[in-house]
Amino acid sequence: MVMHMLRSVIGLLLLAQASTAGAVLSIEIIGAGEHRVPVAVVPFGGDAMLAQTINEVVAGDLQRSGLFRLVDTAGKSPHELSEVSYPDWHSRGAEALAIGTVTVLPNNRIEARFRLLDVVKQTELAGQAVSANNDQARAIGHRIADLIYEKLTGDKGVFSTRIAYVNRQGQKYRLIVADSDGYNEHVVLERSEPIMSPAWSPDGSHLAYASFETGHAVVYIQSLYTNQRMAVADFRGSNSAPAWSPDGKQLAVVLTRDGSSQIYLIRPDGSGARRITFNGSINTEPNFSPDGKFLLFTSDRGGSPQIYRMPVEGGQEQRITFGAGNNFSPRHSPDGKSFVFAHFGNGRFYIATQDFQTGQMSLLTEGGWEKKPSFAPNGKIILFASEGRGRGILATVSGDGRVKQHMYTQSGDAREPVWGPNL
Amino acid sequence: MKKLVISVVLVNLLVACASEKPKETATAPVSTASKPVVAAAPQSAPSPAPAPFTQDDPLKTPEKFPLLAKRSVYYPLDSSVVQDADKPVVEAHARYLSERSNRKVRLEGNCDERGSNEYNLALGQRRADGVMKMLELGGARASQIESVSYGEEKPKSSGHDEAAWAQNRRTDLIYAR
Repeated sequence: MVMHMLRSVIGLLLLAQASTAGAVLSIEIIGAGEHRVPVAVVPFGGDAMLAQTINEVVAGDLQRSGLFRLVDTAGKSPHELSEVSYPDWHSRGAEALAIGTVTVLPNNRIEARFRLLDVVKQTELAGQAVSANNDQARAIGHRIADLIYEKLTGDKGVFSTRIAYVNRQGQKYRLIVADSDGYNEHVVLERSEPIMSPAWSPDGSHLAYASFETGHAVVYIQSLYTNQRMAVADFRGSNSAPAWSPDGKQLAVVLTRDGSSQIYLIRPDGSGARRITFNGSINTEPNFSPDGKFLLFTSDRGGSPQIYRMPVEGGQEQRITFGAGNNFSPRHSPDGKSFVFAHFGNGRFYIATQDFQTGQMSLLTEGGWEKKPSFAPNGKIILFASEGRGRGILATVSGDGRVKQHMYTQSGDAREPVWGPNL
Repeated sequence: MKKLVISVVLVNLLVACASEKPKETATAPVSTASKPVVAAAPQSAPSPAPAPFTQDDPLKTPEKFPLLAKRSVYYPLDSSVVQDADKPVVEAHARYLSERSNRKVRLEGNCDERGSNEYNLALGQRRADGVMKMLELGGARASQIESVSYGEEKPKSSGHDEAAWAQNRRTDLIYAR
């Protein structure tokens, strides 16, 4: 039989100064998807240590998505197609089965060869060899989980993507980049003054953020490859709320240099600042539509903080959230059909979405101290800041509100999370 | 007498607010940091001026100058208007700055946590800028004042209740040593 396998090589961001902060301690999953696919992930063969790590990552990713039910493998561990007894797995209730082996290559790399099998149809859904440096076993696991997720749900997986957030511990503020499950943390910046509003460049190579290290909020852009950074907006007053245009050629930022908080467009090298809002009220938290033509933003021009929309090149500014309560922090969904935001009502913050077409608002959470939502690149999961056990934590909710996750970091408060792009 | 001065200042403040129009701003290079854009505010209240502060720095004798001893003003939710109760405080600091041109003050606007971080950063800046305008109208020079915001990033009191929030909605006046 001819081995038909795709190959993929993982090229991860090589973060300069790869210092590791406290890892995620525990992840709580609340709720489950309406239809969960029963899938068995058999312990991989080959190098036992690596296999265990990869298996744990794959199983963890699938479970946390809320879309899969892990079937007990009952000690069975086929590694090759020829060893698989389909009726056996069928009787166990599995609809899909993942098998594989891990090998250490001579050049300090590791390779996992895996197959995803359809137990019902008794066919192979996917087969791939995934390789990476020998310290990136988790990355291999995420990649395999992505492939399984995509084959079984039809949507692109986001387990291999990264998130950024700020960890506050006493007077210490750390800008952190981590895997989507919170592991593999890297400290991008550490300061004794606040850091706010990290924003990923569309290609995932840079973070823009606001740092107070010089005594007021200044917008910086920092390379995740070289750690080099530059001040992009450092005018009098506050410089903040950076948002990248989808083509990465400009940023929307909020400056108070002319009085009140206004939105400006500026190039990533800091040149060409151009004001685009002219309302005397607060205008902040700009976010580009996926086609780059519109901005969502927060303004209190109507008497309370609400979401507004305007063409990037200027024109009619339209209020798009109404009703009781205040609304903040809008972000477009990747398909541009809806947006997510933080809704404040009855003394609580909720994560909510609203459809552009219908204007219908849906609350996705039960409320609490929930802020700063952002979509995963596939639009299926929303990351936000929440609270648990008296600390700021990271949390996610599925787009339909059914599956929630609370991610507890080891120490300090997690704030200002934002989901990064596909790489 | 004091009442008169304050009301004149208030009228000036209103005039300044009414004349504050958003200006089209030309493209500017990044590095131009602090060029205060202060509306040509009418100068402070006409005489009769109150008696000058004593020779010694009044900031160092808080028992004699209780208004100057207050270095924070507080706000209701989502407001950036200096409350009547705090106006004499800001007025006293304006007078102090106008009489001591070598002194500099930094205004730090803060907010409670009932808003997004970025909205609160904007609101805190509006609070600090509001105090800055009052100081300038009271005779302080723009070059003596720096106004910044920390939004909800530096709460004086942690906790999710009104008592904590009330402490956190404020502008601090911090004098350079």
